[in-house]
Order: sequence, then C-alpha cells, then structure tokens
Amino acid sequence: MKLHGDRVTAFLMLLPSLILLAIFVYGFIGRTAYVSTTDWGSNPAQALALEPQLEPVGAANYVGLFTSRFNARFRQDLVNTFFFTLFFLVGCLGLGLGLAILLDQRVRGEAVFRTIFLFPFALAFIVTGTIWRWMLQPQGGLNVLPTLVGLPKLELPWLTTRQQVWRFDWRHLPAYLAVIVALVLLIFAWRAWRNQRRGRGVTLGVLALALGVWGAFGAPGLTFLPYSELHGFNVAFIGIVLAAVWQMSGYTMALYLAGLRGVPEELREAARSDGASEWQLYRHVILPLLGPITLSAMIILGHISLKIFDLIWAMAGSDNAVTDVPALLMYLRTFRGNQFAEGAAIAMVLLVMVAAVIVPYLWTSLRSEVRR
Amino acid sequence: MSLTTLPRIQKRRSPWRPVVYLLLVLATIFYLLPIYLVLVTALKEATDIQLATTWNLPNPWSWGSFVTAWQAFAPKLRNSLVLAVFATVGSAMLGSLNGYVLSKWRFPGAGIVFPLMLFGMFIPYQAILIPLFQFLKSVGLYGSIWGLILTHIVYGLPITTLIFRNFYAEIPDEMLEAAKIDGSGFFGIYARIMFPLSVSGFVVVIIWQFTQIWNEFLFAVTLTNQASQPITVALAQLAGGEAVKWNLPMAGAILAALPTLLIYIVLGRYFIRGLLAGSVKG
Repeated sequence: MKLHGDRVTAFLMLLPSLILLAIFVYGFIGRTAYVSTTDWGSNPAQALALEPQLEPVGAANYVGLFTSRFNARFRQDLVNTFFFTLFFLVGCLGLGLGLAILLDQRVRGEAVFRTIFLFPFALAFIVTGTIWRWMLQPQGGLNVLPTLVGLPKLELPWLTTRQQVWRFDWRHLPAYLAVIVALVLLIFAWRAWRNQRRGRGVTLGVLALALGVWGAFGAPGLTFLPYSELHGFNVAFIGIVLAAVWQMSGYTMALYLAGLRGVPEELREAARSDGASEWQLYRHVILPLLGPITLSAMIILGHISLKIFDLIWAMAGSDNAVTDVPALLMYLRTFRGNQFAEGAAIAMVLLVMVAAVIVPYLWTSLRSEVRR
Repeated sequence: MSLTTLPRIQKRRSPWRPVVYLLLVLATIFYLLPIYLVLVTALKEATDIQLATTWNLPNPWSWGSFVTAWQAFAPKLRNSLVLAVFATVGSAMLGSLNGYVLSKWRFPGAGIVFPLMLFGMFIPYQAILIPLFQFLKSVGLYGSIWGLILTHIVYGLPITTLIFRNFYAEIPDEMLEAAKIDGSGFFGIYARIMFPLSVSGFVVVIIWQFTQIWNEFLFAVTLTNQASQPITVALAQLAGGEAVKWNLPMAGAILAALPTLLIYIVLGRYFIRGLLAGSVKG
C-alpha cells in the first residue's frame, strides 16, 4: 500500500535525528552518570589517557561534594545559585511586567521603546559581561555617574567585594529545608481541607507535622559535617544580577506584552463599563490572566539562571571563588583540574536541578496540548 | 492608586500620561547607558581612558581601536561566521524534515518521542560535555571548527524541530490529502507544498539559530583551540586579561555584537516570533 510505504519513509527520515539525539543526549548523560561513579582523575597518569582505566567508587564523589572539607566551594556555589536565581527572577519578572504594562497604555513610539528594551537579548552573554565589567569598575562607570550632575561619587565595590551576608551553618540546612517544606505542605493541607477534601488535608497535615518535628528535633542531630561551615549570600552577585536583568528583562517584557495583547478588548470594555478603574482592571481582570505566562517565564528564566556560565566568566573571570556557580566549577574541575569524575558528579547535580524545573513543565504543557 | 475612574473617552487625557512617559524614558536610559559607555570608550585613544572621566566624550575621536580589534578578531569572526552558517543551515534543514514528519505523519509513540527530543534543549550541556569531548577527540574533530559545527547541529535539533512542527501544524491537512489523491508521496508533498510554504518558518528558525550559535560560549571554549575559536572565546580572553586597556575589549564587543544586533534591528519581527514560538529556549 502506497500510503503505508510513505509512512515508513517518514519514520526513516526522522530516524537519523532520533538516533543522534538518543546518543548525544541520553547516551552521553548515561556516560556522564557512569563517569561520576568512578575515580577518573584521582590518578594523574590516567587523567588524560584516551582510554583511561576507571575504577568504580560508588557514590563517593557525591558524598564528597556535600561533605568533604575540600568541597566547601561547591556548597557555597549552590547557595550562590539559589540567591542569584531568586534575585534574577524577581528583577526580570518585576521589570518585565512593569514595562509591558507601560507599553500597553497605547503610548506613542511604542515600537521604538520595545526595540530598545529587547535589544540586549540579541547580545551574547560574553558581550554583556564584558560591557558590564567596565560599567562596574569601582573607580569608574556607574559609580562616577552621579558626579556628572554634581552629586558625590558612589563607593559601591560591585564585583570586588568579598562580603557575605545572611550567613547560616550548612549543618542546619536539612532542618531549614524540612521546616520550609513542612510549611508548604501545611498550606496545601489547609487548601485541601477548605475545598472539602478532608482526607487529603489530614494526610498532608500529618506529613507536614512529622517533617516539622523531624526538622526541629531530628535534623540538628545529623553529623554529616564534623565542624560548623558558614555559607551565605555573596554581595558581589548584585552586579551580576544587575547585568543579567539588563539582558533578560526585555525578553520577559515581550512575553508579558504578547499576553497582554491576547486579552480581548471586550473584556477590558466590560470591566470598565462595570465601573472598574484602570488599577482595578489590571489587579482583578488582567493580571490573573497572566498567571500562566508568569509561570512559563519563571521556568524559562529559572533554568537559564541555574545554568548561568558565560556571563559570570566574562564579568568576574572563570576562576573567582566569590562569584562561582556549579556550572563554572564543573568546567574548572574537569577541564582545568582534570578531575573528570568529580566534574561529572557536579554536572549530574546540575542536571537534576534543571530537570526538576523543566520536566514537570514539559509534561504539563504537552499534556494540555494533547487535550486541546 | 487608581489610575483613573473616569469613563473611557476621557481616559486618554489621564493625568498619569506624563508619568507613563517619564518611566519609559527612565527605562530607556537604563538600557542605553551601557551602549553609550561602550561607544565612547571604543572611540577613545588608549591614553584618553581614565576611570574618573569614563563618561566624557572622546577627545580626540579615534577609530584606532576598531582597526586594532579588527586585525586581532578578523580570523575569529570568520570562524564564527563559518560555524554559524553551516550549523544553522544543517539544523534548520533537519528540523524542517523532523517537523514535517512529526506534524503530518503521526506514528505510534510520537507522543513520547517528541518530549524526549525537546528535553535535549533544556539540559545543562555540562551533563554531556565529558563524553562529547571524548567522542570528538576519538574521531579527530576535537579542536576543529567542524566538531563544533556537528555539536551545534545535533543540539540545535530540538528547537528547530519544535518551531517547524508548530509552524507546519498550521498548514491544513486537506491540502495534503488533495496532494495525496494527485499521487504525491512523502517527498512530493514536502517539495510541492510544505517547503514552498515554509519560507517564513525558515526565516524564523535561521535567525534564531544563527543568533544562538553566534553567541554561544560553553561548547566553543571547551571544544576549540586558538586557531578555530569563535569570537566569543576570543573576546572573553581579551577582556579577561589583566593589563588590558578598555578601548580594545569595547571595540571587540561591538564587532562581536554587530551581526546579531543587525539581524535583530532589520528582522526584529521574525526574531520576536522565534522567541515566542520557542518561548522555551535558553
């Protein structure tokens, strides 16, 4: 049958791409996972061999990342990524939404403004980083800008500071995490209870209570680090967040603007004729409609920020402990230090973090597509 | 906080109008300040660059930095161009075929295969970097621009497939049915219907891929050497040097940014479509 033959042809045309992706994505991830359970790199003679002799070491590389004194830098990197992601998201979403609402007011020259706000997105992170490295020189750039209008010079240290704030003991992290997760569960339990789903509410409530009790009394007894180890927010990241927001907020604005343009004019008219003020119109009608856009923007920006690499390299150098993140540390350990197994373990941790953000997103967006 | 409670007709004369424009102008300054600084720095002579007078106009104006930067960067720009052109064309053609198959020739299991393909564009490439590095070394492509081109074609497949699949989904199935009745097969339909209709799809994909590949850094810094490195790596090296005068990195940054900026300004409409279509690429 002709049609049948064409169906086979179609599949055969797709096959090369499928095989390439199967090998280069999944095969290679599997290989990285395997490498992360070996000792590759601990013997310098084997490190750069084309066919290195690898010995299995189980989870030792992962245990090392989270507990060894030598790898305190990796743990600080995780904290850095957390704070960078938090401020980057807040900055991009806030500025992006604000600009989109401003441009939604039928302003004159809208196309010009839009072009200006979005152009940094077309630049390489390396270009942005080079530019902002110059902008943030402590004795020049932004700091001397106020002198142009007669104000005193700013004394902000930007990328040069080693200051760390909001410090906490890494040993207390399981306790903090348990309490935070317990609180989130409690909110879900309360919502389930209110929505007449008593059984689920009770289950979640008991879980939250158990986790909270463990966090408060069990977790502090854990002894995975023999000494206290302080980590916190490295203030030098403020400059990097600033540059990252400069580059990506226009993109967020474009997403929001597309969403605002999708709000039917009749809906706005209906709200206005019901006596809603512009503020009420946005607060109660339009912003709730933008919820899904906010969620996708958070996921897209979030996975970019977990992987941030070039921007920091260009702004602060590739090997600057204060502004380090796991993506950079993986590169340094692997390709500068020849610690391939440890680099692979860092890469796997990074992959798990990104997958935790992306897989539910892909899952739900493709499922809703099928439903459509 | 109410913007206005007056009916719609009077809304246009809202007293908040000037505030809207004021905020827009402030935002414009925020986005353009770095560009001003880059331009005046690049147009200064090295001796004219002092931190305290960063914001002053050049005195005298000088094109010298661009000449020097061009001499240093011309081979790297050529590498970037070869890389971006070949990798873009390769991934766009394969993506077009894939999108055609996935949108019009449903086969069992497509619902699982497609998300598995898409996942490939979100992964942190660190997670495949070590095996990729080993693989390219073993086939003798490590350090050459062709290894990097192959890499970008493969990892570009998910996004190009996604954009083309969504683009082709808009083409009505009835057109394909008609062509089938006329005796066209898989390739006939592609050549006669899909490909001629996909010009704007190709423009979107090509612009997107060209920009992404031109700007990419992680693969470039890991897989190339001094001779084959693209512009992003060369710029990072120049700017990362300690005793560097800032006019050169700034002129270099402009050279590195110009191609993608021009594309954005001239073909911005398609650029934004790619950005929204693949609203999902980092």
